[in-house]
This record gives sequence, C-alpha cells and structure tokens, in this order.
Amino acid sequence: MKQILSKITFWKATAGLIFTAGLYATYVRFVDGLGASTNLSDDFPWGLWVGFDVITGVGLAAGGFTLAAMVHVFNLKRFEPVVRPAILTAFLGYTLVILGLMYDLGRPLQIWHAIIMWNPRSVMFEVAWCVMLYTTVLALEFSPVVLEKFKLTKTIKLIKKITIPLVIVGVLLSTLHQSSLGSVYLIAPDKLYGLWYSPYLPFFFYISAIAVGCAMVIVESFLSARAFHRGLEMDILADIARVGVVMLGVYLSFKTVDLIERKALGLLFLPRYETYLYWLEMVVGVFGPMILLAQRKFRENHNGLFAGALMIVVGFIINRMNISITGFEGWAGKGYFPSWMELAVTLSIVVFGFVAFALAVKYLPIFTHAEHEELSPRGDEWAKDLQTVSQLR
Amino acid sequence: MIAKKAMLIDITLCVGCNACQVACKEENGLSDKEEQILSPTAYTVLHEFNGTYVRRMCQHCVDPTCVSVCPVGAFTKTAAGPVLYDESKCIGCRYCMQACPFQVPRYEWDNNYPRVQKCKFCASRLEKGLQPACAEACPTGATKFGDRDDLIREAHERIKAEPEKYVNKVYGLEEVGGTSILYISSVPFEELGFKTNLSKVPLPALTWNALSKIPTVVAVGGVFLYGVWWITNRRTEVQQLEAKLKEMDDRSNGHETSNP
Repeated sequence: MKQILSKITFWKATAGLIFTAGLYATYVRFVDGLGASTNLSDDFPWGLWVGFDVITGVGLAAGGFTLAAMVHVFNLKRFEPVVRPAILTAFLGYTLVILGLMYDLGRPLQIWHAIIMWNPRSVMFEVAWCVMLYTTVLALEFSPVVLEKFKLTKTIKLIKKITIPLVIVGVLLSTLHQSSLGSVYLIAPDKLYGLWYSPYLPFFFYISAIAVGCAMVIVESFLSARAFHRGLEMDILADIARVGVVMLGVYLSFKTVDLIERKALGLLFLPRYETYLYWLEMVVGVFGPMILLAQRKFRENHNGLFAGALMIVVGFIINRMNISITGFEGWAGKGYFPSWMELAVTLSIVVFGFVAFALAVKYLPIFTHAEHEELSPRGDEWAKDLQTVSQLR
Repeated sequence: MIAKKAMLIDITLCVGCNACQVACKEENGLSDKEEQILSPTAYTVLHEFNGTYVRRMCQHCVDPTCVSVCPVGAFTKTAAGPVLYDESKCIGCRYCMQACPFQVPRYEWDNNYPRVQKCKFCASRLEKGLQPACAEACPTGATKFGDRDDLIREAHERIKAEPEKYVNKVYGLEEVGGTSILYISSVPFEELGFKTNLSKVPLPALTWNALSKIPTVVAVGGVFLYGVWWITNRRTEVQQLEAKLKEMDDRSNGHETSNP
C-alpha cells in the first residue's frame, strides 16, 4: 500500500512540475513572443513545436482511422474491442495538435483565416482543412461513447446510421492528411538532407502512420491494462502487430527502391551525423520491430509484443524529428536544440494527453465495450429479406 | 500587359558603399543602423567575399515559392514583378521561411504578434513610375532597374563584350524558374555564397504534383472503401440470413417429427 502511494505521488509530482514549467513557458510565449521562449531563428523557423507537436502528433493519432477502417469497412469485427481506445487517442491527438499549433503559430488569433482565405496551391492549406474536418469527424465518431454515458439513445441511433459514411470520410481525410504532412517537405529539395528528401515523402508518411497507428493501439492497451488492472486482448493485439509488420515491410522496400532510384545509397555509409541518426531511426523503428514481431513467440508474448510496439513508436518519433529538424541542420549550417521552455510546453501537452486519456478510460465506456450492435443501416430491410426468402420456399 | 520589371546587379561594379541599404531603410522607415545580415529591419545587405560585394535581398521569383506555400494567400505576385506580403492575412505558420530557396523572409521574433519582413521591390514607387530606392541610390550603376527582358539582353551583351572579365552565367535567369533580380559576376557564383545547384523548375511544381492527385485519391478511395464495405457487409448479412433460415428449417423439421 505504501509503495503504491509513493508511486502515485511521484507521478503526480512529476506531472505537477511539468505543468508549472509549462505554465510559465506559456506566459513567456504569449507575452514576450517566440524569440524569448524558443530557440527558433530565421535559419531555423520550425523546431520542436512543429516537428513533434504537429508532425509527429498527427502520426501518433493514426490508429483511429486504421482501426475504424479495419472494423467498419473491412468488417473485421473481432477488432471491435480496441476501436474505441483508438478513436479516443486520435481525437485527443488532434485536439492536442491544435493546442500545439496555438503555441507555434506567430499569429494564433488569425488561425481561422484558413477557412475564408483560400490558397489551394498550398499544402499547408490542405493540412489546415484536413485538421478541421477530421477533428470534426473524430468528435462525431467518439460521440456515442459520451452519449452512452448519458443514455441519449435517440442521438446514438442517429449517429450509428451515419457511421459508415463517417468512417469512410474519416479514412479519406486521414489518407490525405497523413500524406500531406510529407508533401509539406516536397517544397525543400535543396534543404532537406538526401536520406530523407524523396518525391515519395507523402507515401512514406502515410505508410509509416498506419504502422505507428497499429503500434499505438498496442502500447496504450498495455499501459491502460497496467493502470486499470484489466485484462489484455492478446490475440487481437498480436494480429494488429502483424498488420504493423506488413506496413513496415512495405515502407522498407519502397524506401530501398527510393534510395536506389535517387542514387543515394552512398549516403547510408557517409561518416556523418545524419547517417547515424538515420540508422538509429531504421534500426529502432523498422528492422528491430520487424525481426521481433515477425516471430510468433515474441508477438504472442506479453513483453515481446509491448517491446516491439514501443520500438515502432520510438522509431517513428525519431523519423519525424529527423525529417523536421536533423535533415535541415546541414543546410542551415547550424544545429537546433529546443529551449527548456519549448520542451516544457511539449511535455505539458503530452502529460495533458495522458491525463485526459486516463480520465476518459476511468469515466467513460472505453474498454468496457457494450455488446456489438448491428451497424448495418439495412437493419429493417434484413427482416424483410428474411420474410421474402421464407415465403418463397 | 505590364512589362515584368527586374533589377540587374553587376557584381563587378559594386564598391560596397552601402548606399542601397541606407536608401532602402529610409524609404521603408527602418532603423538606420548598418546591418550585415538580412533582418526584419534590413531588407537588403551586402555580403563581402575577399573584396567582392554581393547584394542579398528578396529575388522576387517569377513563380514564387512563398506565394504557393502560404495557406492563407498572404503573399501575392504582382503583375509588375514585386512579391508582396499582407500581414493582415498571415497566421504565422512560417512555411514561407521554411520553403524559400533563397532564405529571404525574416521574422520579428521579438514581437509577440510578429510579421514576416522582406524587400517589397518598392512596389508603391513602381506604381508611380519611379525606380526602387536602392537602384536610384546606387552611385556606380551596379544595380540597374528596368524591364526584365531588356535587362536579360543587356546582361548577355555585357558578358559577350567582355568574356574574359565575366563568368558566362546570368544568375536568376532560370534558377527555380527565374527571378526578378539578375546577377552577373567576374567571380564564380558558388564562391560568392550563391546556391548554384537549384532546380530549374519552379518549386511550387513539386508540391502541386502531390496536391493535384487529391481529387483522384478521394474519388478512387471513396469508391474503393464503399465497395469493400458493401461486399463485406453483404457477406455478413447473407451468412446471418442463412443461419436464420437453417434454424427455422430445423425447428419446423423438429415440429413435423414430434407431431406426425
């Protein structure tokens, strides 16, 4: 008992410390500006807040559309128990991305301009619209959970009716959005280092997002199982890991083809800072988890599965940080490391995400899923079909 | 049709007097301290390379990257050539800074509602038929203002007249699809801090390549997803139907046997 108590207070104290630092950083950011609070400069206009809070954050939220597509479109109903946590992660993820944007944008009060001031030639314009629309879709996809809590059956029925179109729109928006974050960097062929710049960037971003989406579902299932002492759906999670491994395989083969096509294989062995970080990302995020999770004995083992999934997540984060920061250092001719205030804000956002997730799991029916309900909008017709067929016989 | 304006900068004629920066700062009402690096208060600067001076400023690209990347269209390319920024639209995403191949846009990092700053090609003076303040102030003619086509011809003529003096290249003629600021030099450009390996294609073409596929992705993706759902869902329905019928048959058979 004493042990548990001390553990809880440790985490609470850490969270409190991070929030206090984050609060101070928030004050400096909005009163004195980006110059006073960040290590950004004209040579390095995008740093941790873009690289992690936005580019990485959106990727980590990819489990939502991946699982929604698997269950509702591909009709793999046995994955149903993990759809809700995946949608919750995605919804929280997108909300936090918007929060992060408010810190990073120089003129956050004008963020709404993208709604009325259009520039369809801009990838950032596409990104802005995808964030707006997909966050709305996620809110709707998540709403039955909240409505169930308050027993608003009529509204639930209404939402269930539009589930399929909603999921399809969500998958399309995610496809556009995940890939467009890669397209953002297409404009910088001379700036982004050769190991990362590729005309296939949108495709790489999309495929790696699906892989990390799968991994995130596994990681958060493990963490909440530990925190809330509930059982794990090991067989389901092991199969989700397999989807992740296949995606990593696709990623690896296209990445290899890309390096060959651009005659950039030599870059893999140059004794440079970028080379080491590239190998780190590939070993941790691709080779390691592929070798681990491709083997049944590790995939169906508690620790093996968790380790493999965690590696995919960490490798993914390194990849996005490499593309958004490391890859630009050579061109800028100088390094960038976030200021403590940038770190404090980012950590606060992450901790905030953890707290919100935990609260949602505690008070809403996230893992304790209601009996699988008929999603077919043809529910009534089904009875008619039955009648017709039996009459014919 | 308004003729595209440009400036020809003959690096061999520049003596580094900095009159261009002084005139620029006066015209734009900026602090009059001398600056060596582009900043929110210095739209043009002189970089020195072993006694050779190179003017740095916004290149006013023919197909500007900043205009294409700005999500809210805060940048515009005017018919006469200047690329202009509208702070009332800007949301401060700094994609323009990240994307500009010449690393020109500067940010007011110390301002808590910052603007992007850069050379305006004295657009308001051009409208009045005047030349940019820097070109007017240049005492040696190193910066010459005129129509882009005329200046390109003149640049080639100068190189042709003194081929032993000039490097055979007009910088800005085709870099990222061409710029409004053209340079000729006696020192190879790569030794003067110029990016000489820039693509000949305007950079916006690279992102447009991806953006133009959106309608296809939506149409094909939408049909594909709906189709997959329709098939998988129908399969489940048929399975359920068959199970139900089998159950009914079993039940009626059972009834028949129990009641002969």
